[in-house]
Amino acid sequence: MIVLEPRPQPSRALALLSPVIAIGLTLLAGGILMALMGKPPLEALRIYFFQPFGELWMWATLPEGEREMWLYIPSEVIVKAIPLALIGAGLAVCFRANVWNIGAAGQYTMGAVIGGWFALSAPADASGLLLAPYLAAGVLGGMAWAAIPAFLRVRFNANEILVSLMLTYVAGYILDWLVRGPFKDPAGFGFPQSEDFQDAFIMPVLVEGTRLHLGVVLAIVIAVALWVMMGRTMKGFEVRVIGAAPRAGAFAGFSRNRTIWFVLLLSGGLAGLAGAIEVSATVQQLQPQISAEYGFVAIIVAFLGRLNPLGALLGAVILAISYIGGENAQILLKLPKAVTGVFQGMLLFFLLGCDTLIRYRIRVMRPARG
Amino acid sequence: MIRKFALALAGLMMATGAYAAELKVGFVYVGPVGDFGWTYQHDQGRLAVEAEFGDRVETTYVESVPEGPDAERVIRQLAASGHGLIFTTSFGYMDPTLKIAKMFPKVKFEHATGYRRADNVSTYSARFYEGRHVIGLIAGMMTKTNKIGYIASVPIPEVVRGINAATLAARAVNPDVTIQVIWVNSWYDPGKEATAAKALIAQGADIIMQHTDSPAALQAAEIAGVLAFGQASNMIKFGPNAQLTAIIDDWSPYYIARVRAVLDGTWTSEDSWKGLAAGEVVMAPYTNLPDDVVATAEKAAADVASGAVHPFTGPIRDRDGTERIAAGAVADDGMMLGMDWFVEGVQGDLPK
Repeated sequence: MIVLEPRPQPSRALALLSPVIAIGLTLLAGGILMALMGKPPLEALRIYFFQPFGELWMWATLPEGEREMWLYIPSEVIVKAIPLALIGAGLAVCFRANVWNIGAAGQYTMGAVIGGWFALSAPADASGLLLAPYLAAGVLGGMAWAAIPAFLRVRFNANEILVSLMLTYVAGYILDWLVRGPFKDPAGFGFPQSEDFQDAFIMPVLVEGTRLHLGVVLAIVIAVALWVMMGRTMKGFEVRVIGAAPRAGAFAGFSRNRTIWFVLLLSGGLAGLAGAIEVSATVQQLQPQISAEYGFVAIIVAFLGRLNPLGALLGAVILAISYIGGENAQILLKLPKAVTGVFQGMLLFFLLGCDTLIRYRIRVMRPARG
Repeated sequence: MIRKFALALAGLMMATGAYAAELKVGFVYVGPVGDFGWTYQHDQGRLAVEAEFGDRVETTYVESVPEGPDAERVIRQLAASGHGLIFTTSFGYMDPTLKIAKMFPKVKFEHATGYRRADNVSTYSARFYEGRHVIGLIAGMMTKTNKIGYIASVPIPEVVRGINAATLAARAVNPDVTIQVIWVNSWYDPGKEATAAKALIAQGADIIMQHTDSPAALQAAEIAGVLAFGQASNMIKFGPNAQLTAIIDDWSPYYIARVRAVLDGTWTSEDSWKGLAAGEVVMAPYTNLPDDVVATAEKAAADVASGAVHPFTGPIRDRDGTERIAAGAVADDGMMLGMDWFVEGVQGDLPK
């Protein structure tokens, strides 16, 4: 019989290094997988994981006058990482409190819906200053959606994992109904989509010729702020204590319920912000497909970042690379799209495996004879 | 053992030996190549191009690309990585295709089912409604409950036209027939497609038609013991007792012709809309049908192909009673491309 038994003193260094080890193992297993599929493994891994950082072939093949555009692919990685980082940073705090908000995808959708409602109901020629209340509307949408599992958890002890997860589907259907009904573009050939947002509600682009937008600044500022909060403030201490030892927290005068409310509203608000930013920056209208799956991918991001808001920034970039690398792999290596999912799955698998083996050791015990 | 493996790896790495094809052709797909419907058929067209031109061309595809922000990046990546001809095979890729085409004026683009063109952007589609005419006739003759279920994707003219063509044909041979439409608002969602099929069957439909990409509806019909049609590809293996025929999209002739045009330097931007006559729409073998129905269907397909019969021949009234096509006239392409009304006999919403 194989049992896991806790190590008396798990290595702190290894616990921090665990994502690095997991990425290494993913690369190794990925290389073997590529070889089995008949692709040159090193070349394949280079295309998958390093191409997204930019490539000179992009530069060389671009038409005259657009050669600065080789920034495009690295900027696309960042663009894809922005919503993942925002959601992931919020989830990192939430998970630290031992509160499991699995429904960030729903909060993301409601952020997009409430923000979109604000943008679509604004008068024509709206001022660019309205972008701020637009984003605030997104935050409120996400918070409102996260308030439901928070209330049910605090009041009735309902499992927040199930409630938040189920509400994801409800949010998806609300969006679906809106773009097919009240928000539908009358000139859209019957397609389920809203009118395009006016310029006032489009996130400003930072680098001409790319889609890199202001959201990147927000994501970094918010991640740093949350990191400071978790490490340097009483509130962060409260969240960590309640997460690790709720009874001890109670003796210290910390309220478990208040923490549940706080972390759910925080992570929900950030997911809502991510949704509002994403539909504003890249989709620029409401439609049924707004990449709500970022809400689930951000769970991997949070864990990859060691439940540290700054780590989530890094985790978001790694996941973004896996998406864009997956596209490159299809274009340059003729690999099927499923490889993207396999890589993401392997990464999470190795990460959880490393985490477990750093804290526990495996012992093979002989079954007792009796 | 480890040495052997390392050697094998090294060997594989050397085997990359790049040969230079004259033309790299890219394909952007909305679904997985294994959807056995729309995307599967486009991929069959891609494979036909490879078979036809061998080493002269190299093809690439990117599958399951959502019709949103990701499409722009994928199309751009294909253009930037040296693809000279790029097929974007879903309506929702229209704006990103045009945007990237502007940035890469030397690359040729082909957008399926769209209506906006540019000097380096062609559009193409196929006259699927000709096939709908044939299956409408079959359904009208085969239904016992006089209720036909129709699983529709999104309410664009393409889909509305198919519903109308099938309804007109079915009611021409059986005026008691009604067609019940359910919108699933997706091109590919096997779960929703199957649920819609079950709902239609529960409402008494004994024949199921679909304008969605997976075989899920046909499978649901097979289980329920009712009849159905394959969509986009021959789906007979998913419903050996249910499938009567299928409207097959055959993109191979078009893709081969367009690749040849680029290789020969004769490619120009144009709009292509061909059907049964050109072999871009093909009826799958008629199965589970009595001989007289098969004969009627074969004759109808031949008549549409020859031009003797037009599926939209007046008088045609919409379901509010307004005459849309006068007696003796046929619908022109402009009317068909903008069709946003249902003919009499269609039940269910038409979202506007």
